[in-house]
Amino acid sequence: MTDTTRKAARPEAPAAPPAPGRAAPAARRTRRRARAGVTPWLFLAVPLALLLTFTYAPIANMAAYSFTDWDGVSPELNWTGAENYTELLTRSELFEVFLVSGYYLVASVVQIVLALYFATVLSFNVRFRNFFKGVLFFPYLINGVAIGFVFLYFFQDGGTLDSVLRLLGVETDHAWLGTPFSANTSLAGVSVWRYLGLNFVLFLGAIQSIPGELYEAAEIDGASRWQQFRHIIAPGIRPVLSLSVILSVSGSLSVFEIPYIMTGGATGTETFVIQTVKLAFQFNKTGLASAAAVVLLLIVLAVTWVQRRIVPDEKVDLV
Amino acid sequence: MNRRTALAGSIAAVVALLASACTGSGGSTTGADAEAPDDPSKVKGSITVLTHRTDLVQDGTMKKYAAEFRKTYPGVTVEFEGLTDYEGEVKIRMNTENYGDVLMIPAVIEKKDYPKFFASLGTRQERSAKYRYTDYSTVDGKVYGQSPLGVVPGFLYNKKVWSRAGVTDWPTTPGEFLDALKAIRAKTDAVPYYTNFKDMWPLTQWTNVNGSVSCDTRATTRLAEGDPWAEGADLRVGDTLLHDIVRGGLAEKDPTTTNWEASKPRLAKGEIATMWLGSWAVVQMRDAAEQAGADPADIGLMPFPVQKNGVFCAVTSPDYQQAVNVNSDNKQAARAWIDWFTDKSGYADANLALSPLKDAPLPDVLAPYRKAGVKLLDLDDSKGAEVKSIDNSSEVGIFKPDYRQDLVDLARGARKGSLDDYLAGLGERWAEARDALGS
Repeated sequence: MTDTTRKAARPEAPAAPPAPGRAAPAARRTRRRARAGVTPWLFLAVPLALLLTFTYAPIANMAAYSFTDWDGVSPELNWTGAENYTELLTRSELFEVFLVSGYYLVASVVQIVLALYFATVLSFNVRFRNFFKGVLFFPYLINGVAIGFVFLYFFQDGGTLDSVLRLLGVETDHAWLGTPFSANTSLAGVSVWRYLGLNFVLFLGAIQSIPGELYEAAEIDGASRWQQFRHIIAPGIRPVLSLSVILSVSGSLSVFEIPYIMTGGATGTETFVIQTVKLAFQFNKTGLASAAAVVLLLIVLAVTWVQRRIVPDEKVDLV
Repeated sequence: MNRRTALAGSIAAVVALLASACTGSGGSTTGADAEAPDDPSKVKGSITVLTHRTDLVQDGTMKKYAAEFRKTYPGVTVEFEGLTDYEGEVKIRMNTENYGDVLMIPAVIEKKDYPKFFASLGTRQERSAKYRYTDYSTVDGKVYGQSPLGVVPGFLYNKKVWSRAGVTDWPTTPGEFLDALKAIRAKTDAVPYYTNFKDMWPLTQWTNVNGSVSCDTRATTRLAEGDPWAEGADLRVGDTLLHDIVRGGLAEKDPTTTNWEASKPRLAKGEIATMWLGSWAVVQMRDAAEQAGADPADIGLMPFPVQKNGVFCAVTSPDYQQAVNVNSDNKQAARAWIDWFTDKSGYADANLALSPLKDAPLPDVLAPYRKAGVKLLDLDDSKGAEVKSIDNSSEVGIFKPDYRQDLVDLARGARKGSLDDYLAGLGERWAEARDALGS
């Protein structure tokens, strides 16, 4: 947006060449330039105001609460300094829940591989291509809460999953959400089902932005599909791939909706965010919970930073 | 570059401004009284009542109460706001001054903060002569809320299933109770006990065992002062029974996918034999029975299977307590509503519940209790606030579902450890929190 305004303003300059000694046009010019400077901000005012009100102000608020003993309702709150952070960091059991994120981390590897596979296959000319694209992307459009409820029926004793397995001749009496391992795996599976579509669309978009001549050239040179993937697609979508990995890692660390709706964190499925919500809204430790949220934010930032250091985002040049 | 720093600076300034603006809240009117009007015809105004009974708002029952109320107080208009997530929404609204004129006191509000949020209804001395449960909302001798009904915890059971299993008398010990459930498992197709694990709050009902075992009105005080999981203590007996039920395979096969709404018709139809809830659930179960084409008379209520000196004890406890918003402009009208709703509306009768009036007769639901000579206790709640703070500070959560979900997981082997260690661990955390709070 800034660019277009600048371009529009630029032709003005040669039209009014500098004329020393004449004050009026100079003043007009500065005024005009000032107005040109203000215009982009006018356009930005609304989104910025929204961003400030609904993103940065709450975060600032939360950071402020994390230094108090506020219980979430009381009109009184006391400044406690770094006490919440000390408590958080000295209670190692509060961080044990990150082990649950491991399930989701493994799941997101599966998810990225699957998404990459489908995106590659569907970027070539396949029959019913658009139909399959729709099928894969559709789950992402459904509300997370609805997905939670649907899958609750899916995993129920004698529910959809059991019925389907019975049709296939597998008699199972397994309580899918019954043990920590089974429950976390099932929940991570739901998460893969839900977010696969997003990764898929990102990859597909990136793959389709690779110029078609490259494939033609590769085909003429006798490259196989795998070689095309290895040497054209993979490097071509590298920035998107690394973005997906970052999103997956931070997503795995802050899983919330699906386990919260489906199990409420019972049977060893509690994640860090569920634990934080419980601290804030069950035990009225809003201060401590805010500190936990700040710590999670820092962890996610740190992980992203480390990742960017290990895998720097190089400029890819295919041609 | 320069402009960017300026922008960052202004963002920081705005954020700081917002941050400071959001944390402050009212409290200027602390200590107001909501006095009862002398002349009903002179009270004027429009009041809003926040309620958790969305079902009654939707089916028009609340409107009927309001119309009835207007016959006595013609100048008062009553509006209702039914909130599905009552606790969550009201808690947030209470950061402002706009939380209705009359509301149910959310459980999260600490007792010591009552005077900051609610107008007093009078002194404990004058109110306790007429009403039950005054000490649940008494701060410094003043009462801030009044529950419109009282409930008695108990096992809801399907009489037909129980008698088909050959159990006709109420078990008098946990052991007998387990034997009865085993008989149900052996002789009928019903699930002997249903935990409602997934919906969580039904598990919190087990805390209402408190008092039924020791038959002591000071049970809550003992929670605040002793170890709730000491040998023979109320909560330990209750938790052990729950553990043994699940361990013995007497509960539903897959607790993680239970469904509360679906469990009601199942109890009515005899697919489920027993659930630990309370007298408040009887009316819901009977409705479910009617809808499912079963006999509502099959739904029964039995006390916790422990007798002290040959009698069962059951604790009565209040529901949500109605209070007047301290910031309300129509405190008299609001007070009039609470008085009328408590004394004259017939709300308690309609819910088959205990009346909040001390001299009212027992409701029909409790007729079997009366016949069996069950002793009804009103617990002394003077230490209720301490129990709540210890509970929150220790993160044990006796009023929250987590610890009993863990208990059920432990019992069915989805979590490692023994019951004794688990309960001892809870006791330890409880004691630690109490020491830290210095009470």
